[in-house]
Amino acid sequence: MPKTVETVIKGGTVIDASGTRVADVVIRGGEILEVGHGLEAKNVIDASGCVVAPGLVDLHTHLRQPGREEAETIETGARAAALGGYTAVIAMPNTEPTMDSAAVIREVLDHAITVACEVVPSGAITLGRRGEQLAPMAEMAELGVRIFTDDGSGVQDGGLMRRALEYAKGIGVMLAQHCEDNSLAAGGAMHEGAWSAKLGVPGQPCSAETAMVLRDIELSRLTGAPIHFLHLSTAESLAAVAQARAAGLQVTAEVAPHHFTLTDACCCDYDATFKVNPPLRTEADVEAVKAALIAGTVDAIATDHAPHAPELKEMPFDQAPPGMLGLETALGLALTELELPIERVLAYLSWQPAKIARISDRHGGLIAKGGAANLCVIDPNAEWTVDARALASRSRNTPFDGRKLRGKVRHTINRGDQVVIDGVAQQ
Amino acid sequence: MNHLLTIDELGADGIDDVMRTTDTFAEVNRRPIPKVQALRGKTVVSCFFEDSTRTRLSFETAARRLGADVMTFSAASSSLKKGESLRDTVETLEAIGADAFVVRHRSAGVPTQIASWSRAKVVNAGDGQHEHPTQALLDCYTLRTHLGDLHGKQIVVVGDIKHSRVARSNIAAFTALGAKVKLVAPATLLPASVGEWPVEVTHNLDGALDDADVVYLLRIQQERTDQALLPSLREYSAGFGLDAKRAARLKPGALIMHPGPMNRGVEIAADVADAPNAVITEQVANGVAVRMAVLFLMLGSGDLNA
Repeated sequence: MPKTVETVIKGGTVIDASGTRVADVVIRGGEILEVGHGLEAKNVIDASGCVVAPGLVDLHTHLRQPGREEAETIETGARAAALGGYTAVIAMPNTEPTMDSAAVIREVLDHAITVACEVVPSGAITLGRRGEQLAPMAEMAELGVRIFTDDGSGVQDGGLMRRALEYAKGIGVMLAQHCEDNSLAAGGAMHEGAWSAKLGVPGQPCSAETAMVLRDIELSRLTGAPIHFLHLSTAESLAAVAQARAAGLQVTAEVAPHHFTLTDACCCDYDATFKVNPPLRTEADVEAVKAALIAGTVDAIATDHAPHAPELKEMPFDQAPPGMLGLETALGLALTELELPIERVLAYLSWQPAKIARISDRHGGLIAKGGAANLCVIDPNAEWTVDARALASRSRNTPFDGRKLRGKVRHTINRGDQVVIDGVAQQ
Repeated sequence: MNHLLTIDELGADGIDDVMRTTDTFAEVNRRPIPKVQALRGKTVVSCFFEDSTRTRLSFETAARRLGADVMTFSAASSSLKKGESLRDTVETLEAIGADAFVVRHRSAGVPTQIASWSRAKVVNAGDGQHEHPTQALLDCYTLRTHLGDLHGKQIVVVGDIKHSRVARSNIAAFTALGAKVKLVAPATLLPASVGEWPVEVTHNLDGALDDADVVYLLRIQQERTDQALLPSLREYSAGFGLDAKRAARLKPGALIMHPGPMNRGVEIAADVADAPNAVITEQVANGVAVRMAVLFLMLGSGDLNA
């Protein structure tokens, strides 16, 4: 249905940051025309028994383009995102070449024009993510980049990180840190603990993450600059962030679905599908991540969607690249595994990350007249089984193959386009 | 026996099976022509992705004495160098007709991965810092020859436990057979969570010697000093090396073992290595019979001369 035709999303329960109510939503041409009862339009999307919500926003997606198109492209990644209910994803800059200049950002934006969701590039903090020299953040900011990160690695040098925070604050953008002190992680391929000891796999201790979180909290205090912590995985990191927030620092944080569902015991067969960075931790850490979500001391659930070609994931465990798919399973995992009402799950997946990414003008907003028609329709009771072979991502490295989930995206509307209808991508 | 990947999955009964079968092959090895035809027509591929002369020769000798054909895959001059993946390499070797893979790799878990891809049997010949089960089996066999039942015996394992596949397999085997295991190492050379292992841990070798039935020394590598795990090999040797003075404190009949290759003068003094109660070359000799037993239990029909 062309987007110039009026469409009514009928009979659903509308949930946004303002609350929950039953209502029909009429959209046309990328905009919400009206929200109310008994509304009619030429085109009807049946939403009875479903939740109508602002589209989800992923703060942490690896789209692999440019450079690793055999694993994912902007097009296939965006399609996977739309199927997962996302209308916007923040593309991580660890591409080849690195997204560390306006030229590469422009290339990503060019490829993203016609894809199934909005792709918002992030930029690297340092040139080539080498941690040595600042990347030209201002020229990237002019193209709309608002988040800068060396994700994949942390900025090791504390002095450089301080300058980066000051510089970023000066131009009104935010830094996001992948917290991993390389000297402590020492090349560890999994969490350091009972399992790494048994398996003979070099481990990285929790303190490799926590030490950098603590350092950067202090640098945020010193510089007055905001900082966002990516994919926190340890109980100690989460406690440090909770404390910093209580002290009034501008600290935000995200957690990933695999860190509230899987433990290091999953690595017992040396299947590198379960290799990820930060690594899967202990049961106690999983409980700490869940507790932080219940307490509200983190801001977002972000996927860290990290596609890798099958032959790379079949390398020896210590040599295989870290990372797992996440876009098509995040919502189902959150609804199934977290003891949270759907309103709070959606806050973590939509409007809170939209605010951090500073795209609230078009994503995660209120479902009201004049709002952007970036929406998803979720059947919260639909039960389904994850099938790695059926995923839209170009890669197959999901650790959740065969897992039963409750809650599935039925329709996704991106700028008024019905990009997913009845769970099927339309492009 | 299906695969031999870890000692744990073999268990005490499995170890006993191997020990009993090893007796048979030890007898075969004493014959003028130490050869049977139990695995005639079977192909054993020796896949040493990491160099190892002694273990490779021991396995290949064992396979040949059983009448099997042996293919030697050398990583240094192989398709892997041309960029072929491990899985493709394994599938190719299987297509050529491998019945069993003997796998040595510098990364932990590779034998487990190969077992998941292949219909052929897999013997772990040492994977990274994980396990080296046939080393543990030949050590148990050697110990039984001298001490009989290991139940209640005190075995002291000294050295780099953290990075040692030999230690992991031996600790599993010794405890499965009822021995009491004591680990002696500087704190930097002990694995995370060692407190959860069914062993006693101490940093003081002198205090551990008096009631030891066996002292098992592990090889220490120079690179541990580069990683700041040790100040120097000299300091290690002073604290944890078995020199003549320490060896003299052992009770009569106590055995000294080492998986080789030894660093004489570091973890073991030269005169201690050559002492009558050091059974280090006997360990190597038993290796062939133990590996014959493992391959026979894995690939044989049960009949020695089938």
